[in-house]
Amino acid sequence: MTDLTRLGAAELSSLLTAREVSSVEVTRAHLERIAAVDGAVHAYLHVSADALGTAAKIDSARLDGVALGPLAGVPIAIKDVLCTRDMPSTAGSRILEGWVPPYDATPVARLRAGGLVPLGKTNMDEFAMGSSTEHSAYGPTHNPWDLDRIPGGSGGGSAAAVAAFEAPLALGSDTGGSIRQPGAVTGTVGVKPTYGGVSRYGAIALASSLDQVGPVTRSVLDAGLLHDVIGGHDPRDSTSLTDTWPSFAAAAREGALADSLKGVRVGVVRELDSPGFQAGVSQRFHEALELLTAAGAEIVEVSAPHFEYAVAAYYVILPAEASSNLAKFDSVRFGLRVTPPGGGTVEQVMAATREAGFGAEVKRRVILGTYALSAGYYDAYYGSAQKVRTLIQRDFAAAFEQADVLVSPSAPTTAFRIGEKIDDPLAMYLNDVTTIPANLAGVPGMTLPMGLAPEDGLPTGFQLMAPAREDARLYRIGATLERLLVERHGAILDGAPALV
Amino acid sequence: MSEITPETVKHLAELARIALSDAEIGMLTTQLGAIVDSVAKVSEVATPDVPATSHPIPLTNVSRPDVPGVTLTAAEALAGAPESDGSRFVVSAILGEEQ
Repeated sequence: MTDLTRLGAAELSSLLTAREVSSVEVTRAHLERIAAVDGAVHAYLHVSADALGTAAKIDSARLDGVALGPLAGVPIAIKDVLCTRDMPSTAGSRILEGWVPPYDATPVARLRAGGLVPLGKTNMDEFAMGSSTEHSAYGPTHNPWDLDRIPGGSGGGSAAAVAAFEAPLALGSDTGGSIRQPGAVTGTVGVKPTYGGVSRYGAIALASSLDQVGPVTRSVLDAGLLHDVIGGHDPRDSTSLTDTWPSFAAAAREGALADSLKGVRVGVVRELDSPGFQAGVSQRFHEALELLTAAGAEIVEVSAPHFEYAVAAYYVILPAEASSNLAKFDSVRFGLRVTPPGGGTVEQVMAATREAGFGAEVKRRVILGTYALSAGYYDAYYGSAQKVRTLIQRDFAAAFEQADVLVSPSAPTTAFRIGEKIDDPLAMYLNDVTTIPANLAGVPGMTLPMGLAPEDGLPTGFQLMAPAREDARLYRIGATLERLLVERHGAILDGAPALV
Repeated sequence: MSEITPETVKHLAELARIALSDAEIGMLTTQLGAIVDSVAKVSEVATPDVPATSHPIPLTNVSRPDVPGVTLTAAEALAGAPESDGSRFVVSAILGEEQ
């Protein structure tokens, strides 16, 4: 029998719809895979005890002839930043250890409504602050390609679960690259939708003007199928767009069948094609551009002169918003409470709780954000960073005059070693140099695997960005490029270590 | 160079309600100094003629009809609390002895 964990969501959907396999069989195969490999990978913080029961309900609904969504019965892993009312939701932090929220995040509620089967919650950098998943309070996740290396971050657990065939699909969240950079270094596909395209309701907020929930998968089509389930307007999120969205799965199918990219203008962002990037990353990127050219696309070089200020602006805006968002962890309504020896006032209890419950990176960013927002420094830091945001939006607008999509490597290097950058916050922050501009401007971005770097045999990622609200364009062009890359390199995850 | 001193970090930690240890204050003084110096480059291009952007895709007047909906019960809201008396959150004394 086929190993069901090797199949993508679209293939599983076909088999489930044809009743050739049951959701219980598919779910059990994934639970067995998790039991076999997750001791080494540590992608999951919590594995659901209800998964087989949920799967059985979907199977019986199908037998009863109930109309089900295309992904009904397909298992999925959920990043621990998203609230789930039947599983702990810790955001990788000690301060929320064991906390079970009283409600579901909207993307989770939509998964359930679509009949998907939650397998569990995935590991992440604490409150999504990091690029390596080493900042999880519950220990790092290991990259399935090399267990001594990081799986990216903050959503390293979701990316590693999908790369290690512990789930066909996962949800991630992307504030400055937390879906796309893990996708790049694990050889998976990840999409950060247009800001406002997917509800943030119930996603434990890091930086509210940047956060966006999105799909983590092994193919562009699977990402489109999942995006169709979770996306769309939600009145519970006041930043949720009211647009009517096209089917992203349909866009991906159309792109996969396209035999030419004639008429498509692909903009290479000069500032994101740095000579400082790892040689094998740049090599694979330029080879992918040749594939696009051969398929008829026109490659144009565009300049975005203010992108060089993006990382600096991000590390002002993010800590400022995070320091406000994390004020809610005050030992009163949920989570940890630590009382100082001999007792204390509520303020002293708060300070002792936050000292014990927050990790080093969270403290660093909360203090930095408090500084950036203080009287006397506000204009110089936060005010200036918001102006940089305007300049970056203008750069995008000018670049999209010349090109239909913008492209770059998704990350400057392949996966680095666990421990390599943990003591150097500034070096860690530079991992997101290619992904941050899209968050600052709210435009959608996608990563897809573009082959292995010759020097270390590790995955590299190709990033596509489209104008805001043009997510379908990413799926269409991304699916065409994916087909060209698979013809060139094969499905790269087929070459990943077996782990058992 | 930035003006981050141990006293600055200590003050910020009080504002942020984090009881940092002396060792943490020392380490953060060095690290924040380097980070602040690095992010200060935002002011190089932030000229007075450039408007600020707070939100990537701004929406205005987002509202909904003012009708009662389903809300959490007290038991649900209190379920995750470190301490409650069944209908309220319980906290330590709000005022210190000197007050």
